[in-house]
Amino acid sequence: MNWLFRYANPHNFMRLSNVLLPITVVATVLCLGVGLYLGFTAPPDYQQGRTVLIMFIHVPAVTVAELAYGAIVVCSLLSIVWRHPLSDIAGRAAAPLGAMFTVLGMITGALWGRPMWGTFWAWDPRLTSFLLLLFLYIGYMALWNAIEDEVRAARAAAMLALVGAVNIPIIKFSVEWWSSLHQGESIVSGKLAPVFLAPLLIMMLGYALLFASLWMLRIRTVILERRARSLMQRSAA
Amino acid sequence: MSPFLTLLARDIRLASRSGGSAFLALSFFALVATLVPLGVGADLRLLARVGGGVLWVGAVLAALLSLDRLFQGDFEDGSLDLIALSPLPLELTALAKMLAHWLSTGAALTLLSPLLALLFNLTPAATLTLFLSLLLGTPAVSAVGAIGASLTLSLKRGGLILPLIILPLLSPAVIFGAGAVSLTLDRLAPGGALGLLAAFSAGAVLLSPFAAAASVRLNLGG
Repeated sequence: MNWLFRYANPHNFMRLSNVLLPITVVATVLCLGVGLYLGFTAPPDYQQGRTVLIMFIHVPAVTVAELAYGAIVVCSLLSIVWRHPLSDIAGRAAAPLGAMFTVLGMITGALWGRPMWGTFWAWDPRLTSFLLLLFLYIGYMALWNAIEDEVRAARAAAMLALVGAVNIPIIKFSVEWWSSLHQGESIVSGKLAPVFLAPLLIMMLGYALLFASLWMLRIRTVILERRARSLMQRSAA
Repeated sequence: MSPFLTLLARDIRLASRSGGSAFLALSFFALVATLVPLGVGADLRLLARVGGGVLWVGAVLAALLSLDRLFQGDFEDGSLDLIALSPLPLELTALAKMLAHWLSTGAALTLLSPLLALLFNLTPAATLTLFLSLLLGTPAVSAVGAIGASLTLSLKRGGLILPLIILPLLSPAVIFGAGAVSLTLDRLAPGGALGLLAAFSAGAVLLSPFAAAASVRLNLGG
């Protein structure tokens, strides 16, 4: 566990991210570039035609949207159990990113749904549970912003994220029970042709790296803001 | 009387006296049930179709009205500090407050629901299912709501943010509750849906006193 707590110290995190951030930014650009090139040069699907291209920007977005909630949950656990100070900042910084990827996934999904299903929106289990996930993000961010005392806000938001984490499997199950149009997954089960699979996986990696870069950047910004504030207070005193 | 029962009786008395929430919640519930036919039209077949869902959503919203005061009033006048110092564990305090909230809103709404089901032209079997589903499901609303109330108790305008954070968490209760009514209308057995609803409720009532007590502590401690 020691390595985890070394980065509870913002100073150590700043040094690490200073080295990591340029690497992840370059890797993001490379992955997204190669992924998009391979995607656009892939042959049209025999059923979906060119709209299959939307998959390369849609599927990674929803995957990262889910991952981001997972990241918040891990940060919340660290924050509640060990009072890990950096994880408070990290959880807060991940939420708007997760919400953004959720919205991106919903918009690209709607643009794909219109030609393929004939409708922008359907009350299908996956779509519905993503809409609920978006509301969970909004609620988490709203609670953070509503409580003025930062320490209390952090712990309250962490508690909410953990309650949400317990509830998410139940929500998923209940929504599945409630109705069932979206195709099942086709990556793990090997139903996806390799010419589509390769760009999709590269795009997924690219999106994940994009999330990681933006996340680090946001955490760094908060730490720098705090430093600036304490410097100003010190010079005023 | 044990501290638990004293607290329970006190909270129920507060809810039933002037400015209390019980009557307001019932009126709000009836008002929602009146406005929906005005909005969607008076077609009795359509109303029967949507009745279960509308009454479920109405009941959840009505139960929300008084939730933000669950801990807030006691927090503001300092009695929550005294209650926290008493020998009663904070978890049981949270449970007593949840129970008082349920008795003054959820249980009352459940009792009113057959009357409103008449307005929605629900069949007797569907009315019974609605009644049972509200009876089984509204404890979950009070339980999950208590977590939200404890997280927002220090907020001046907690009433605005509370629905935002707990309504997504309550979606399974609405799905199973209204789903059971729809199954009955389609002449299918609602037992599965009611069972899932009861399981959701039981889990929520079991776990939420701990989450609520933890966040009350967080707000009381420095």
